Amino acid sequence: MGRITLEGVQKSFGPVHIIKGADLDIPDGAFVVFVGPSGCGKTTLLRLIAGLEDVSGGRILIDGNNVVDVPPAKRGLSMVFQSYALYPHMSVRGNIAFGLKMAGLPKAEINRKVEAAAATLNLTPYLDRKPRELSGGQRQRVAIGRAIVREPKAFLFDEPLSNLDAALRVQMRLEVTRLQKQLGTTAIYVTHDQVEAMTMADKIVVLNAGRIEQYGSPIELYQRPANLFVAGFIGSPKMNLITGAEADKHNATTIGVRPEHIGIVEAGNEGWSGKVVIAEHLGSDTFLYVDAGALGTLTVRVVGEKRLNAGDAVMLRPEPSRIYRFDANGNSMFA
Amino acid sequence: MATRQTQLLARALMSPAVILLFIWMIVPLALTVYFSTLHYSLLDPGSESFVGLENFEYFLTDPAFLASLQNTLVLVGSVLLLTIGLGIPLAILLDQPVIGRNVIRLMVIAPFFVMPTVSALVWKNLLMHPVSGLFAWIATSLGMTPIDWFTDAPLLAVIFIVAWQWLPFATLILLTALQSLDEEQKEAAEMDGAGALSRFIYLTLPHLARPITVVILIETIFLLTVFAEIFVTTGGGPGLQTTNIAFLVYSQALIQFDVGTASAGGLVAVVIANIVAFFLVRIVGRNLEA
Amino acid sequence: MARKVTGRHVVISTAGAWIAGFVIFFPILWMVLASFKTELEAFATPPSFLFFHWTTENYVTVQERSDYLHHALNSLIVAGGSTLIAMLIAIPAAWSMAFSPTKRTKDILLWMLSTKMMPPVGVLVPIYLIYKNLGLLDTRTGLVFILCLGNLPIVIWMLFTYFKEIPKDILEAARMDGATIGRELIYVLTPMAIPGLASTLLLNLILAWNEAFWTLNLSTLEAAPLTTFIASYSSPEGLFWARLSAASTLAIAPILIIGWFSQKQLVRGLTFGAVK
Repeated sequence: MGRITLEGVQKSFGPVHIIKGADLDIPDGAFVVFVGPSGCGKTTLLRLIAGLEDVSGGRILIDGNNVVDVPPAKRGLSMVFQSYALYPHMSVRGNIAFGLKMAGLPKAEINRKVEAAAATLNLTPYLDRKPRELSGGQRQRVAIGRAIVREPKAFLFDEPLSNLDAALRVQMRLEVTRLQKQLGTTAIYVTHDQVEAMTMADKIVVLNAGRIEQYGSPIELYQRPANLFVAGFIGSPKMNLITGAEADKHNATTIGVRPEHIGIVEAGNEGWSGKVVIAEHLGSDTFLYVDAGALGTLTVRVVGEKRLNAGDAVMLRPEPSRIYRFDANGNSMFA
Repeated sequence: MATRQTQLLARALMSPAVILLFIWMIVPLALTVYFSTLHYSLLDPGSESFVGLENFEYFLTDPAFLASLQNTLVLVGSVLLLTIGLGIPLAILLDQPVIGRNVIRLMVIAPFFVMPTVSALVWKNLLMHPVSGLFAWIATSLGMTPIDWFTDAPLLAVIFIVAWQWLPFATLILLTALQSLDEEQKEAAEMDGAGALSRFIYLTLPHLARPITVVILIETIFLLTVFAEIFVTTGGGPGLQTTNIAFLVYSQALIQFDVGTASAGGLVAVVIANIVAFFLVRIVGRNLEA
Repeated sequence: MARKVTGRHVVISTAGAWIAGFVIFFPILWMVLASFKTELEAFATPPSFLFFHWTTENYVTVQERSDYLHHALNSLIVAGGSTLIAMLIAIPAAWSMAFSPTKRTKDILLWMLSTKMMPPVGVLVPIYLIYKNLGLLDTRTGLVFILCLGNLPIVIWMLFTYFKEIPKDILEAARMDGATIGRELIYVLTPMAIPGLASTLLLNLILAWNEAFWTLNLSTLEAAPLTTFIASYSSPEGLFWARLSAASTLAIAPILIIGWFSQKQLVRGLTFGAVK
């Protein structure tokens, strides 16, 4: 079991409030991603759950028990660090076994578990190597092996993929997701990369300036962002935000349209006229950056190849049902 | 970034060192201050009496003080000039593609590990002896008159000995710094059309500014207290020609047994060293942030 | 990374570096050669460089006449003892400052450094008198104590800069893995810190071995380490060059070897981490 509940959790370093009261309920077995810009407090929140920092207020419940005064090792969690934090002087085997050794398990059982973990992660040939003899991806796997071998109530991941190159990151992303589903263990995963968040999470927590902006499934966040911040943060390329007369027409302070919800129509139709500033041709998609006069520069995503180039005049038409409306406080107004 | 528990432990672990160093700093220094206000001679025990600042007046107006202050400054300044002036080209030379660099490094660093009494005596006798020393033989072979170092130029002789001991230190630090100079920066400068000389002036020297400062400050702290080299070669003489502040205080204390004046002199040395230390601590402290 | 280098460049810089290295090393070489000469040859003009009558009798004489081994043992005890005690005090202090820094840690470190900058001559008088009253003059205990205190700031600083380089993540990982502070020390911190501990130990051994202010002033015969012993050759009647050279060679040989091994750490150790 691994249900984690936060009740009014606060953290301040001196006068600086890093976490300004977080309430959250993470069901057992869920893969929850904390996402937000750097400095939003997502890593601090994770470290509070881990017990590596003391909370300044509030309660953290693991399976119903308040753990704020329980030392990290006794919380039954394991953590994968951004730097991997492998013990450089120990072999892969030693690294994975360390937690079990500390727990005082018999040797035979430790060996059995380490080897099972190594087999799951394709690390068996490397068990007797030192971390420095491994590639980045292998080190990453060792760090994960160290986490799973203890059969924790939950895994905590602190930006674990940020030190890998792009191709490896995609591969490890899949592996981590697959492994978590296979083990069915609760996972909390911190990242600043919203693509990682969208692809891996059952539920996403969007954090900004020490507050939880929204908590929901990836599609909920995409379709019904609670406010301007979430709308702008989730989705790539970013949502176009328009203020002024065009927003007034929709009785909103700001309206937002995602690049994929803007179509290109024949000249003479109703719509927003503009001029292409830059066209990025990816083959599968075409991204257009269009100067639309008073509306500002809009990003438009067209599926497939669109033969448009810089300087071409275009007529844009947003899908009316896909226009998001925000009030003066930046909160969403849903119809 | 730690929990309360670990912070308490941290404080407990730190206290022995802090307490010891505090005592080590404060007790002798307080005693020195106290003695410096007394008329106190070991030759005349029981005659201690409070004399206020008389010892300072005596020490500071003693012609020996001015002479030794001057000797101290000349010694420190000359050794700094020699070690840095020779250290920079030497470090640059060792930074070149040189065959057998590791062996050369060992030879260059060696003098630093020689205890001061040994280097002083080897230089004084085997090298600088006016008749049988190697330098005398070289001078004679070249048709020159050998220099009687410790009679005609005693301070210069001491300067050479001390500079020989500290040249490795300067070289090694500058070499380490040179090796940390980004290769791509050099290449960028080359692409920008900078010749070897411009690269040295605009790239290497600014890069060395900080290590040079560090060398100057650290050497100064040690050079202000040069003692053994003088003790075994000249004993401060002839006359006062090689007496520096450290040696003057020593002779006042343990040769003339004048505790009061020696204490006053010791405090003067502390003040001088603190002026240097002030700058060094600031530089090192700035480095702590990084 | 590889830059193109002309052959001529290599030849010139190699020749220059070898000449410079040889000149700097020469006094030591000359001393070692003299230690194998007879007193007459050591004193002879013109000097003989290699073609002299090689002898080891000076080494025998040094031991027989002046009990060299006694002073070598003193050096070993004083340098080794003071370094070990300093390490014992410094390790916990540096550990806590590196891993649980507070707002005052920086100030404490700089204050410790500043105690090293106090010129010893400033406290010579009280230390001498205290030692005289406590009967510590010319004792190994007295020297161990003073050298330990004198080098403590450097030891703490060096260890601090090494500990600082151990990633904090790793200690946190150990804590997540359930290691208590004691086990964290034994299984994680110590193995990772061993290179730093070793070089700190070596550098301070060198500094203590070569220390020549307190040893000269606080020891005369019984506790005299090699620094003081060699200084006794400065008296005019002690001008036996070959013997001086033999004693000197013996005195510097072990430390020269240790020094050569630890030269890389020397820079950061002596600059308090300001140059790496």
